[in-house]
Amino acid sequence: MVVGGATLVDGIDLQIKAGEMVAIVGPNGAGKSTLLRMLSGDLRPTRGEVRLKQRDIRLYPPRQLAFHRAMLSQHVNVTFPFTVEEIVHMGAGDAGRTTAQPLVDAALSEVDLSHFGQRQLPTLSGGEQQRAHFARVLVQLACGEAQHGPGLLLLDEPTSSLDMRHQIDLVETAKRRAQNGTAVIAVLHDLNLAMRFADRIVLLHRGRLAVDGGRSEAITAETIRRIFEVDVTIDYTDQGVPFLLPQTMRPAASP
Amino acid sequence: MTALTGASTRRRTGYAFRPSASLAIVCLLAALAGTAVIALTVGAAGIPLARLPAALGLWSDAVPAPTLARDQLVVWSIRIPRIAAAAMIGALLAASGAIMQGLFRNPLADPALVGVSSGGAFAAAAAIVITDSRIGASLHFMQNQLLPVAAFAGSLATTVILYSIASRSGRTSIAIFLLAGLAIAAIANAGIGLLVFIADDRQLRDITFWLLGSLSGATWPKLTALAPVLGIALAACFSIARGLDVLVLGEAEAFHSGVDVERLKRISIVLVSAMTGVAVSVCGVVGFVGIVVPHLLRLVIGPAHRLLLPASMLFGAVLMTGADTLARTIVAPAEMPIGILTAAIGAPFFLGMLLRQRGLVSL
Repeated sequence: MVVGGATLVDGIDLQIKAGEMVAIVGPNGAGKSTLLRMLSGDLRPTRGEVRLKQRDIRLYPPRQLAFHRAMLSQHVNVTFPFTVEEIVHMGAGDAGRTTAQPLVDAALSEVDLSHFGQRQLPTLSGGEQQRAHFARVLVQLACGEAQHGPGLLLLDEPTSSLDMRHQIDLVETAKRRAQNGTAVIAVLHDLNLAMRFADRIVLLHRGRLAVDGGRSEAITAETIRRIFEVDVTIDYTDQGVPFLLPQTMRPAASP
Repeated sequence: MTALTGASTRRRTGYAFRPSASLAIVCLLAALAGTAVIALTVGAAGIPLARLPAALGLWSDAVPAPTLARDQLVVWSIRIPRIAAAAMIGALLAASGAIMQGLFRNPLADPALVGVSSGGAFAAAAAIVITDSRIGASLHFMQNQLLPVAAFAGSLATTVILYSIASRSGRTSIAIFLLAGLAIAAIANAGIGLLVFIADDRQLRDITFWLLGSLSGATWPKLTALAPVLGIALAACFSIARGLDVLVLGEAEAFHSGVDVERLKRISIVLVSAMTGVAVSVCGVVGFVGIVVPHLLRLVIGPAHRLLLPASMLFGAVLMTGADTLARTIVAPAEMPIGILTAAIGAPFFLGMLLRQRGLVSL
């Protein structure tokens, strides 16, 4: 992918199966969001192609594509006083109110906004707005999957303005979708969340694929030191879940 | 669990602080009928309410024949075409404002404010001068048909230029949009000024009415240009309503939600230009209807375009009919140009909106 003469993402070859939850991680500017936008069909790769369900993504008309993949963007700014419920309803496309309403109610309770349906979106906090948009994307996914089977869920830093509890809630919700057959690809900054929930971790570095594998192969103290330039300790909880604790910056950067 | 049940029953009762769509439409229709009756009865030749049914030809008891003949003439050849024109122009301007605000995701957009009306007026004025000159004399007989087309072309060109300036890679800067609109309006107004400069006396009189905006020229033939555009616009409103709703999220998000964004933008731009252009060709530049009407309606019925667009048409019709009635009565027997009236009311309103939404316009 070349934008304005700069190659942002190059030579990435990925295959993602239904039911897989993939976390894309990497330092700022590694090309994570660009990669995600290419996977969504929003950006067209300068070279190479993106295939969704064996079919070139450029061949899907926008309406068809929306049935097969849903995407949550990083920043969504709404200037008009739509209520939370109206925003979440947008995910249902032209599905009638009677089919959509149960999906909307379910999604709102899943993101813990059941009581916020009638509130105007611009009056909510950043994190609450992010959860409302996640609910909208869940409704879109559910509508598409009801007609066309398991789809693709793309999340671009979905936890960036959420508190700790709602970060875990959101990632668990995405994980449940993956267990039901949805392919989930999430750009995550929190490596602990990534290690805790992802089946597979894709580590990008300077627009290229650095590591692609299970959590213990992808995230090692050595890789983190090389790519993020931070010393970390990786340990395991009593249940055998790995966690990561940043120690210091690399000696070169410390006094 | 009890808390959840409580929430869902409350939600089922609908939007607590928003009236239902049918209630809103019925209220607006009643307001339009009321305004139209008032507009029929007042004016230079007053027709009391008691004589109105007779003048309309419904029933005629105890009205002396000469009075009846005069009333019927006033009502059918002056008042009704004028009220119909005012209502249709109000509907077109208000709805084109609402579509433009949706397209630019910006509650401060107004076709007159950002030069789209001026672009149309410039093209229409140019059409007057050209068809009146020796070169275009052969086209003079179809001036009535040519003006709306020219105004549409002028508005379309302006909207396209404005869109390409203000919108870059799917994002629209509100400040750049308003400033670019200001510059485009200035260019169009310079063009109109040049035409005024080279025009002869008769052309000058024709052109001046664009500068101020007036409905005094409304006649039955002119309605034939307005009605089809209004009909097409009303039908199109429903097909673009969902797209405009989702576009509020941003262009990329609208695409992710399955909206063909490029197609939506093309339709919206053509609609805004056609609606503004044809309105301008009949009554000149009338500002602020497109900004006041949708804004007030959003406060009451919410921003969803499926209801907002038709409601804007009705409320715009009410406002424009009322404003025109005021314009032709407050300085009777003379007439105040309606553009002056709407600007006097609309501009302070716009300033108020600007002050309340200061954060929105940051560069």
